[in-house]
Amino acid sequence: MNSAVANVRTIAKRELGGYFASPVAYVFIVIFLLLCGFFTFMLGGFFERREASLVSFFLWHPWLYLFLVPAAGMRLWSEERRLGTMELLLTMPITAWQAIVGKFLASWLFLALALALTFPVVMTVNYLGDADNGVIFCGYIGSLLLAGAYLAVSCLTSAMTRNQVISFIISVVICLFLILAGWPPVTNLLVRWAPEWLVSGVVAFSVIPHFDGFQRGVLDSRDLIFFLSIIGFSLFATGVIIRNLRSGH
Amino acid sequence: MIKVENLVKTFGPKRAVDGVSFSVERGEVLGFLGPNGAGKSTSMRMITGFIPPTEGKVFVGGYDMVENPIPAKRMIGYLPENAPAYTDMTVNGFLNFAAELRGLRGEDRKKAVNRVVEMCFLEGVIHQSVDTLSKGYRHRTCFAQSIIHDPDILVLDEPTDGLDPNQKHEVRNLIRRMGEKKAIIFSTHILEEVEAVCSRAIIIDRGKIVANGTPEELKQRSDYAGAVSVRVLGVPGETVRQRLGAIPLARKAAIVREAPEYVHARVYPQGNQRNGELARSIAEVSLKEGWKIEELHTEEGRLDEVFRAITLPDTVKENNR
Repeated sequence: MNSAVANVRTIAKRELGGYFASPVAYVFIVIFLLLCGFFTFMLGGFFERREASLVSFFLWHPWLYLFLVPAAGMRLWSEERRLGTMELLLTMPITAWQAIVGKFLASWLFLALALALTFPVVMTVNYLGDADNGVIFCGYIGSLLLAGAYLAVSCLTSAMTRNQVISFIISVVICLFLILAGWPPVTNLLVRWAPEWLVSGVVAFSVIPHFDGFQRGVLDSRDLIFFLSIIGFSLFATGVIIRNLRSGH
Repeated sequence: MIKVENLVKTFGPKRAVDGVSFSVERGEVLGFLGPNGAGKSTSMRMITGFIPPTEGKVFVGGYDMVENPIPAKRMIGYLPENAPAYTDMTVNGFLNFAAELRGLRGEDRKKAVNRVVEMCFLEGVIHQSVDTLSKGYRHRTCFAQSIIHDPDILVLDEPTDGLDPNQKHEVRNLIRRMGEKKAIIFSTHILEEVEAVCSRAIIIDRGKIVANGTPEELKQRSDYAGAVSVRVLGVPGETVRQRLGAIPLARKAAIVREAPEYVHARVYPQGNQRNGELARSIAEVSLKEGWKIEELHTEEGRLDEVFRAITLPDTVKENNR
C-alpha cells in the first residue's frame, strides 16, 4: 500500500516536472489567466453586474476549459507511446493503475495551480464589495471538478493515439458534447426520433447543470458524484485501452 | 532464473512468437539472434511483462509474470529496443526517477545513481537534457536505467545498436562482466558480439527457435567448420583442386580465388570432423608435389554462415545453391 502511494507520487512528480521543464506550463498559465480576465471583465460584464460575486468569472470556465484542458492533457499517454517510454514505465515494478492515477493527478494539480493563480479576482471582488466567500469557494471546487472531468477525458483520448493533435481534437469533441448535452438545440435534435430514455440519458451527461449547482453555492453530493464518476469512468477506460494496447488487439 | 514455456503471441492471424521455450540461469549470457521481425523483441516484451503472452508462461525467479508481475518485474532490468527515455528530463532526473520507481530512497538512491553514471560513463552529460544527447549517450542513459537497482536478471534489446566501435566494446565488456553474476538475455544482429559475449545463443526465425547452443556448437553446424583453407604459390588452380579433392579425407575441394601469383583453395572434410587430420594430409600432398604453401589453416566455422543457412527463406536458399 505504502509503495503504491510512493509510486503514484514518483510518477506524478515526474509528470509535473515535465510541464515545467518546457515552456508548456508557462504558456498555458499565462494564456489561461489572460483569457480568464478577458472573459470575466470584457464578456462577462463583471463591473456592469454591480454585484460582489464571481458569476461572470465562473460562467466561462466550461468554455475556457474546453480548449485548454485537452491541451494540457493531450500529451499524457500519447507522448509515452510516441517516445516508447510506455514500455519502460510499464515494465517497472508498478501497476498500470498507479501510472494512470499518478499522471492524472499531476495534470490535475497543474490545472489546480493555474486556477489558484486567479486569486486576484477573489481579492478584487472582496475589495469592491461584501462577497460571499463560501459561494466563491464552492465555485472553485466546481471549477476544479469540471477541469478534472475534462482532463480525465483527455487522458482517455491521449491513450487512444500516439498523435497529440488527434488526441486533442477528439477530446475537445467529447468535452463539447458534455457541455452541449443538455442544451435545447441538441436535445431537440434527439427528441424527434429517439426514445425518451435515450434523450434523458444524453441530457444526464450534461456537465452544465451540475456545474451551475456549485456556482449557486450548493455543495450537492449528486453533483460531486457526477464529476467524480466521469473521472472514474474515464480513467477506468484509459486502463482498458492501455491493457488492450499491451495485449496487441 | 528465467524460464519460458511454450510462449505464443499472435497479432491477428500472424503468429509473431510461436512456441518458444528456454531457460536462463545465473551466470549465463544468452544471445538472442534472428532476422528483423523474427519475434525477438516481442519475446522480450513478454518476458519483461510489457505484453501478456497469448499462450504459455514466463517465470522470473520463480514468479509467474502474468499472475505475480510486481515481484517478477522487480528482479528484471530492461533496456527496450531503441532505448527510449523521457526527452524532457535531464539524465540525472531520469536516473533518479528510475531509481525511485525501483524503490530506492535517499542515500541508496544517490549511491545507485552515482554507480551507474560511473559504469556507463555519463559524468559529462549528467545535467544535460535527454533530447540534446547523441544517440550513444541516450542509449547508455537507458542502459544505466536498466542496471540501476543491480538486478539479478537483465533483458537487453539490442544494447549495442547505434554505438560507435569503442562504446560497443565497452558495453560488451560490461555485459560479459555482469554476466558472471546475473542471468542476461540480449538480442543482437551482430554475430561477432555473440561469440565475444554469449555463453549460449538462440536463433529465432519466424517466431520459432531454430537453433540453441553455445556459439561453438552453432559454428559446428557451418559448412566451413573443419574445412581447410590453403594458399599455394605458382600452381594452376585446376591442378590444386583436383589433387586436393582426391585426398581420401576430403569431401571436395573448391577454388576460392585464383590470382596470377597464387591460388586460394578450400578443402571440405568428409563428415564434420574438425581435427587437424585433413590439414596434415594437405601438407603431405603439397610437400610431395613441391608446392610452395603460403597459408594453411583449419577453419572454425562461421556463425554468419550458419545464421544465413538457418534463417533464409527456403526459396532464397534454393537460388543460392
